[in-house]
Amino acid sequence: MSIYQTHMTDVLVVGAGLAGERIAVEAASQGQDVIILSLVPPRRSHSTAAQGGMQASLGNCAMGEGDNPDVHFADTVKGSDWGCDQEVARLFVETAPVAVREMAVWGVPWSRVVAGQRTLPDGRVIEEKKEKEGLITARDFGGTAKWRTCYTADGTGHTLQYTMDSMVIKMGITVHDRTEAISLIHDGEQCIGVVARCLRTGDLRVYIAKTTVICTGGYGRLYSASTNAVINEGNGMFVALNTGVVPLGNMEAVQFHPTGMVPVWILITEGARGDGGYLLDKNLDRFMPDYEPKKKELASRDVVSRRMTQHMRKGLGVDSPYGPHLWLDIRHLGAEHINTNLREIANIARNFAGVDPVKDLIPVRPTQHYSMGGVRTNKDGAAYGLRGLFAAGEAACWDLHGFNRLGGNSLAETITAGRIIGKKVAEYTKDATINYNYQLVDDAVKEQENRIKALVNGWHGKENVYEIRNEMEKNLMDYVGIFRNGKDLQKAVDNLREVYHRSLKIGLRSNGEGPNPELAQALRMPGMVRLALCIAYGALMRTESRGSHAREDYPKRDDTNWLKRTLAYWPEGADLPELKYEPVKITELPPGDRGYGESSAESQGGKNG
Amino acid sequence: MADRELTFEIFRYNPQKPETKPYLQTYKLKETTGMTVFVALNMIREEQDPSLMFDFVCRAAICGSCAMIINGRPRLACKTLTKTLPAKIKLFPLPVFKLIGDLSVDTGTWFRHLSLKTESWIHTSKTFDPKAQEERMDNKTALEIYEAERCIECGCCIAGCATANIREDFLGAAGINRVARFMVDPRDERTPEQYFEVVGSEEGAFGCMGLMACDDNCPMELPLQMQLAFVRRKIAKIGLGVKEKKGVKLA
Ligand SMILES: Cc1cc2nc3c(=O)[nH]c(=O)nc-3n(C[C@H](O)[C@H](O)[C@H](O)COP(=O)(O)OP(=O)(O)OC[C@H]3O[C@@H](n4cnc5c(N)ncnc54)[C@H](O)[C@@H]3O)c2cc1C
Ligand code: SF4
Ligand code: SF4
Ligand code: FES
Repeated sequence: MSIYQTHMTDVLVVGAGLAGERIAVEAASQGQDVIILSLVPPRRSHSTAAQGGMQASLGNCAMGEGDNPDVHFADTVKGSDWGCDQEVARLFVETAPVAVREMAVWGVPWSRVVAGQRTLPDGRVIEEKKEKEGLITARDFGGTAKWRTCYTADGTGHTLQYTMDSMVIKMGITVHDRTEAISLIHDGEQCIGVVARCLRTGDLRVYIAKTTVICTGGYGRLYSASTNAVINEGNGMFVALNTGVVPLGNMEAVQFHPTGMVPVWILITEGARGDGGYLLDKNLDRFMPDYEPKKKELASRDVVSRRMTQHMRKGLGVDSPYGPHLWLDIRHLGAEHINTNLREIANIARNFAGVDPVKDLIPVRPTQHYSMGGVRTNKDGAAYGLRGLFAAGEAACWDLHGFNRLGGNSLAETITAGRIIGKKVAEYTKDATINYNYQLVDDAVKEQENRIKALVNGWHGKENVYEIRNEMEKNLMDYVGIFRNGKDLQKAVDNLREVYHRSLKIGLRSNGEGPNPELAQALRMPGMVRLALCIAYGALMRTESRGSHAREDYPKRDDTNWLKRTLAYWPEGADLPELKYEPVKITELPPGDRGYGESSAESQGGKNG
Repeated sequence: MADRELTFEIFRYNPQKPETKPYLQTYKLKETTGMTVFVALNMIREEQDPSLMFDFVCRAAICGSCAMIINGRPRLACKTLTKTLPAKIKLFPLPVFKLIGDLSVDTGTWFRHLSLKTESWIHTSKTFDPKAQEERMDNKTALEIYEAERCIECGCCIAGCATANIREDFLGAAGINRVARFMVDPRDERTPEQYFEVVGSEEGAFGCMGLMACDDNCPMELPLQMQLAFVRRKIAKIGLGVKEKKGVKLA
């Protein structure tokens, strides 16, 4: 044991994205010792990639007039298809405006109201009022009754993360970047820290803490096509799941975006279709009007995604070394329009796919975008199953989003939950004591050490980690995607079970020395496949359609049987999760129609991001 | 184009094993449509050499993780299409920063140090009142701050800078740009003299030789030349004893 570097602290935050850093700031400002761990320098966390903005009902801009937390609440609950926890949603909408203003004091250069008349792209003329000039403004995002999405030009996530990190630096909070938590240390009742691997040297380290908080972000990269950063592999979720006592909530709730660009899956915003772009198939036929004669390419996000998938399944996708895709065609809009109004999209196409949308087609396909599920917590952010363990941000199922997250609600969740849960973490930690059990820690480290030795020496087998990873990704993409049915889901579960057994037999091809990247991937692999199984199995069992979970064989929402949240546990030695269910708390708004003008299975997601 | 065979010559070295001297390793790869150096390096790792170290996070030129020297120039690997390069591609890690292994360098520690040295946070005597409306700000000012804040800490400007390559403590263009970001922010209450202490030395604005390699290398196309001139002008005034009224912003 003594050969390992050991760190002791009051609060250990795993993850330095917006959620993690906000919690760290709160706990540190209440006098607690805090250490933050992160795979990468904090400012490289995935939060920086969110460009669109965050929702808070300040109601300053003309199109936001009359907005308030009640309207935001209704949008959030409807968006979630009544899957969210309403107590949490209420807490969230009341706190979001405060959280935005606090970030302004700390340094975020929010875009502000400019007084005067303005013509919107659709021709409407609006007037920003003089008395609101200089206050924080907002833009339009899908699924909201008012313009409520606060932003900083095209870099909301970037400015939020840089400002938050400037507070972390100012307060002298310890950050260990390039450090990966690989397991929780616990005795079945209480969590007392983590075993981590240093990604500079490959050494194992021990962190002992009164409170451990998981803020590790989403799991997008379980899918072969995801808009997420490459480090979003669901680490924190499977580290919690692996304990056997902490459940993950609603893992089957996965959000997709219709137009991720091949081959690197960078998100192309709705703007392209909004301005008149077409989707074409391999024969250059425009197919959307055949499926959706009225709305064509402008049908809601989920509908377009599903139609695209359906069309590709008919063999009408364009084959590429990166799998089948479709074309986005904006050539007919003309060079001038493309280079001014759609400049951002044009730049992405030129820089990352090497195509010029003025004369070329843009390769796109539906792409995984957001993880609604995660470590299930109560409204204080305390994880089910273990004392001393909390979770927040995309890694958590606090349950603000239910079965569909509204665009702009997740950035808002990170700093709002950070503020609320940070206080609860501080309160809990003040009175907490830990029973530092030497044997427990030693065993936890030994277990990881043995795993590493087995991988390096190929003791359990010689399976190739990248092949396993590709198999997992493909199964999720093909069978647990945009629209789902019992037959495919069963296939996914069967295949993934086999993939899981293979993942226990990985052997490295390189020597695994130092900060070896193959070893890092191999250590994560069984946990990642477990998450994949939680998603697939949860989706198979949920015989209804709700929000982003669209079953072809059960196209209607079923409140009689399914107004409940899935809790997935992973018992020791199992090769499938054990599913339990709990009721969804309805405190204010009873289940009803979402008012999107479509059936639930064809519901509208948020716009942009 | 799509049929080219690419030859990558990649710098290999593990500082933990100094007995093996740095060397160049060659990999061959068939080019695919839309291939970036990000796609190519991952293919090499998965299909040929799983020990190869490099860093990517966002793969969309947003996070600043993946800067390296590509055929002699510091660039973001995720934003570099192979079709813009000759069939022979040489990759080296960024100089100046501490090497972690192969193409991976520790820019994070360097930039955290920069933030500490320039005290890159809003210096204010005000405390947050959760019940109050936000203070107003002119949108033009907000955009001006944002313009300087767009730096993604990739290190390209530092790697290509002659001064930074010889002076370990030089803040570089990124550092000077950072100071400019706070100078234009009316919420920051630092006086001109306080800023002088941060950048009024050889480590700061006066170490720069003005050759502008930084400006050419910045993938965010930040107006570094302009920011350098702006900060130097303001700082020189204070150095010469030109008094600006206390509490009045430099900008
Ligand atoms: C392209 C894109 C655009 C988006 N745009 C918007 C938008 O406009 N508005 C909006 O509201 N939402 C948007 N989202 C969603 C939003 O960005 C995320 O949900 C949010 O930023 C997640 O923040 P987080 O703090 O929970 O996690 P992250 O920011 O992902 O941070 C996770 C942290 O955990 C660390 N970590 C992970 N595993 C470990 C481990 N094992 N050990 C130690 N550290 C670890 C990482 O290093 C990182 O620091 C977008 C998402 C995408 C993909
Ligand atoms: S102009 Fe100054 S900061 Fe920029 S590269 Fe030259 S010496 Fe370095
Ligand atoms: S100023 Fe430009 S080149 Fe320098 S670190 Fe920032 S983004 Fe990179
Ligand atoms: S990977 Fe983020 S900038 Fe290249």
